Amino acid sequence: MQTQLYEIALTWQGADMAEAAENRSQKPQCFQEIILRLQNYWASKGCAVLQPYDMEVGAGTFHPATTLRALGSKAWAAAYVQPSRRPTDGRYGENPNRLQHYYQYQVIIKPSPPDLQELYLGSLRAIGIDDALHDIRFVEDDWESPTLGAWGLGWEVWCDGMEVSQFTYFQQVGGHDCKPVSGELTYGLERLAMYVLGVDHVMDMPFNAPDAPIPLKYGDVFRQTEQEYSRWNFDQADTDTLLQHFKDAEAECQRILSAPATDSAGRSIIMAHPAYDQCIKASHLFNLLDARGVISVTERQAYIGRVRALAKMCADAFVQTEAGGA
Amino acid sequence: MADLLIELFSEEIPARMQAGASDALKKLVTDGLVEAGLTYAHAAAFATPRRLVLAVQGLSDHSPTLREERRGPKVGAPEKAIEGFLRSTGLSMDDLSIQDDKKGQVYIATVTTEGRAAPVIVAEVLERTIRNFPWPKSMRWGAGSLRWVRPLHSILCILSREDGAQMVPLDVDGIVSGDTTRGHRFMAPDAFSVTNFEDYAAKLKRAKVILDPAERADHIWNEASQMAFAQGLDLVEDKGLLAEVAGLVEWPVVLMGRIEEQFLDLPPEVLQTSMKEHQKFFSVRDPKSGQIVGFVTVANRETADQGATILAGNQKVLAARLSDAKFFWDNDLRLVSDVGLEGMGAGLSDVTFHNKLGSQADRIERIAALAKEIAPLVGADADMAEQAARVAKADLRSGMVGEFPELQGVMGRYYALRGGYAPEVADACRDHYSPLGPSDDVPTAPVTVAVALADKLDTLTGFWAIDEKPTGSKDPFALRRAALGVIRLVLGSQSTARFSFVYAASVKGFETQYRSQYGERLRDYAYDAFQSFRNLEDTLNHLSAAGNEFSIVAKMLRDGDLKEVKSDERLFQTLVERAIDLSAGRYADSLLSLSSDLLAFFHDRLKVYLRDQGIRHDVIDACLAMPGNDDLTLLVKRAEALSDLLKTDDGENLLQGFKRANNILSQAEEKDGVEYSFGPDPKLADTGEERALFAALDTAEAAITPAMQAEDFARAMQAMAGLRAPIDAFFEAVQINTDNQIVRRNRLNLLHRIRATCLQVADLTKVSG
Repeated sequence: MQTQLYEIALTWQGADMAEAAENRSQKPQCFQEIILRLQNYWASKGCAVLQPYDMEVGAGTFHPATTLRALGSKAWAAAYVQPSRRPTDGRYGENPNRLQHYYQYQVIIKPSPPDLQELYLGSLRAIGIDDALHDIRFVEDDWESPTLGAWGLGWEVWCDGMEVSQFTYFQQVGGHDCKPVSGELTYGLERLAMYVLGVDHVMDMPFNAPDAPIPLKYGDVFRQTEQEYSRWNFDQADTDTLLQHFKDAEAECQRILSAPATDSAGRSIIMAHPAYDQCIKASHLFNLLDARGVISVTERQAYIGRVRALAKMCADAFVQTEAGGA
Repeated sequence: MADLLIELFSEEIPARMQAGASDALKKLVTDGLVEAGLTYAHAAAFATPRRLVLAVQGLSDHSPTLREERRGPKVGAPEKAIEGFLRSTGLSMDDLSIQDDKKGQVYIATVTTEGRAAPVIVAEVLERTIRNFPWPKSMRWGAGSLRWVRPLHSILCILSREDGAQMVPLDVDGIVSGDTTRGHRFMAPDAFSVTNFEDYAAKLKRAKVILDPAERADHIWNEASQMAFAQGLDLVEDKGLLAEVAGLVEWPVVLMGRIEEQFLDLPPEVLQTSMKEHQKFFSVRDPKSGQIVGFVTVANRETADQGATILAGNQKVLAARLSDAKFFWDNDLRLVSDVGLEGMGAGLSDVTFHNKLGSQADRIERIAALAKEIAPLVGADADMAEQAARVAKADLRSGMVGEFPELQGVMGRYYALRGGYAPEVADACRDHYSPLGPSDDVPTAPVTVAVALADKLDTLTGFWAIDEKPTGSKDPFALRRAALGVIRLVLGSQSTARFSFVYAASVKGFETQYRSQYGERLRDYAYDAFQSFRNLEDTLNHLSAAGNEFSIVAKMLRDGDLKEVKSDERLFQTLVERAIDLSAGRYADSLLSLSSDLLAFFHDRLKVYLRDQGIRHDVIDACLAMPGNDDLTLLVKRAEALSDLLKTDDGENLLQGFKRANNILSQAEEKDGVEYSFGPDPKLADTGEERALFAALDTAEAAITPAMQAEDFARAMQAMAGLRAPIDAFFEAVQINTDNQIVRRNRLNLLHRIRATCLQVADLTKVSG
């Protein structure tokens, strides 16, 4: 046993850095390589490469690095991977394209640079999509998030007829006009990677290098969790508890924001981020309740309105803070 | 004279907005130029995904210098008045002249507006156009505040003459105009400068951009047709899709692929819808089998591998989409085989149609009952119409319609056929939503007509019942469209159904549901109360306190003879049932009282409809005033006959003859305060003209009566028109107002006979002219 581990470690050390660099100009071999190339590309273009937000969110947009930083006058440039959860999309790991947990790659730059489309196309080249061979198209698709009170205009980007990214110029967030305007790029990583790697079922996609000592497929990492979460999301999540959590998050968000701006030591601190965490929680709890099928069509609008009210309050608070340009 | 070339170069403009935007650019700029005093010979606008272009030929070099004389105050007027005049004209005292006027001498200012050079005007007009452009949706970007459909990158604006081009300087929020543009995003991205429109179009083509959308569309259509033809196949025409695809590419490259064998048994509508909606593919049909067997996709570039990679990618995406569709199709067919079409629709009881009008299942129940009533009126088999109505909306619960809502009805037909229903029923499933738009075909198959009518009448009855009528421009439930649909269905089937009858039948369905739903709740509640109190007085008190819905029982029982009741449970039951009857009856009456309001709504829609057919408003009003105006077919027959006749000499004769008689009669009636409606006596006629008029009326009536019975209004009115000459001759020769009161009365009664005769088809007093 001991020997075996040692041998593996040796093989790891044997991986040639120069060879890896050379590979960069070729087709990626696995899921993580696509992520790494995007990270390197956007780092090289000057984005702060952030880490995922440590809470359950439905999309990369919910990360405060996008939602809150899109507000106010301060310049900003960030890129990050965001694990995203959409409970209703769970298919017990059986559907080739649908997952209740997946990854988005998110880029946000404020103000949107004039060459953002060119920068984006550069990122596609970086992950091996050669625009001399493929048909890349910007097809009208306006974005709206009723829960965030946000909207923007832009496109879905097609590669040979497949949607590979969402490209949006934010116009409003939390009811506030975005001035300056942020440019936002969202890549659905699994779908994009499946296309680049030529894989038909997400679970068959190589996660790490196929020639690694322990080659792992996407399914080795996520099939079981998809099953477990699908069961929990659809059948087992306790709806009374979820409803209570929703109310708690809503109340806590409101309480945090109604606290006086000055603390007991006389420091002026507006708690926009802690309040926004509660808003994110409420949003995810709503998604879980929705997956459990306990929200009727008419109630749905009311819940969305409640989350939007929280998002708006958080946006109002954030623009009072230093990062919000106050 | 110069030619103007403008190009507004931006990030990708939504395809659906391009045509409107190039029209707006042309209109705003040319209107602005003309308003500023320039003239031009010709203008043309173009759009590609990344540019809006305007080419104006023969633009004048200057606007004309204008001289205008303005009259000012009198000489010697107060200083302030003269100062004000100088300020408003921008002149000084020395510039004014003095002229003689009726009232004395006045100051005259000659204001000269210098003509301006074309470049100045062009820059001004273009900047205004850009800043006020009517995009359906626009946005800001970066740190700027300019709005455009997507970020605007450059402005090309040049005036060209034979001796060269002149740049028109312009700076819109930091975007400085120039004489350069760029080619295709991927194939020729470098900038180049141009000198005139021909140079521009030619260089663009070299840079892999076809400027004219019509040329791109033609290219796509021709290439695609030829490719299909080469394989013995037909391209399925779709003008909307062609225009959209032409707006997605600057350099169209047409690629054709085959649909995989495993998807070929999907219905053609499913293949077409999926390919069009998701992929913007054209469908390719095999003329021998009629099947959709292939697709055409249009790429935006040439590649070294002749599009092989692009086609393979598209093919893969299509396969994923069609796998979904096939999954739905197979599941739906299995469901129909297992539980039948009604079984498929079982879940409709969980779907709310409107929270005040119950579920879709409730609605289907009403429509089925109504379709059965309407069927005989449109020549359909009643049972078949009822059956069709029961299953017509079952496909709303199918997987396929869940995915592609636009296939509602179409899928219903397939599933009905698979479920073993008669073809008439299957067709009703597909067509009962029609007609939707004013130009849609109107179904004529009797079973379909019965279901379609029932569907729309139920909608109208329901929304009238809950007082959700259209107001102004708001019609969220598309009730005007439903009413127009009813009108076109009734006219199309030449049905003589009376609205009052059909509406009563529709109300019946609502009443039945009210009775069962309300009755059930009431019975449960009343019996529970009776069980727990075990005495009538306490039960009644409790029911009274329960609020409106249940207190009606209490009130009935109190109003009845209580001594008779004792605590007899059976009697209590009888009274509860009577209360339900009473309540349901009141509910039905309240709905029936809306009948005339809804009929008036139909009449309004009918007026709009007939006006579009060229029938005048007053003509329709004249026919609406007649009895039986709730038989729409009869009403339209009258209106058409009257409208046609009024275009002829006969019509003019009828109207003039009638009006002459009617005016004199009305005046006499008003003066005398009586109505002259006794039959006139021919024996009292003492002139030849008077006797001739009697004879003419006899002849006319002999012709009119059978014509009216046959509802041949044209023939009836022709007979009436024949009365003009005898009426004119009568008035020429006879004085109505004579001293002999008997003769006078008889003559007025004769006029009344003319009026009564002429009013049989329409109320001619309402016709103008």
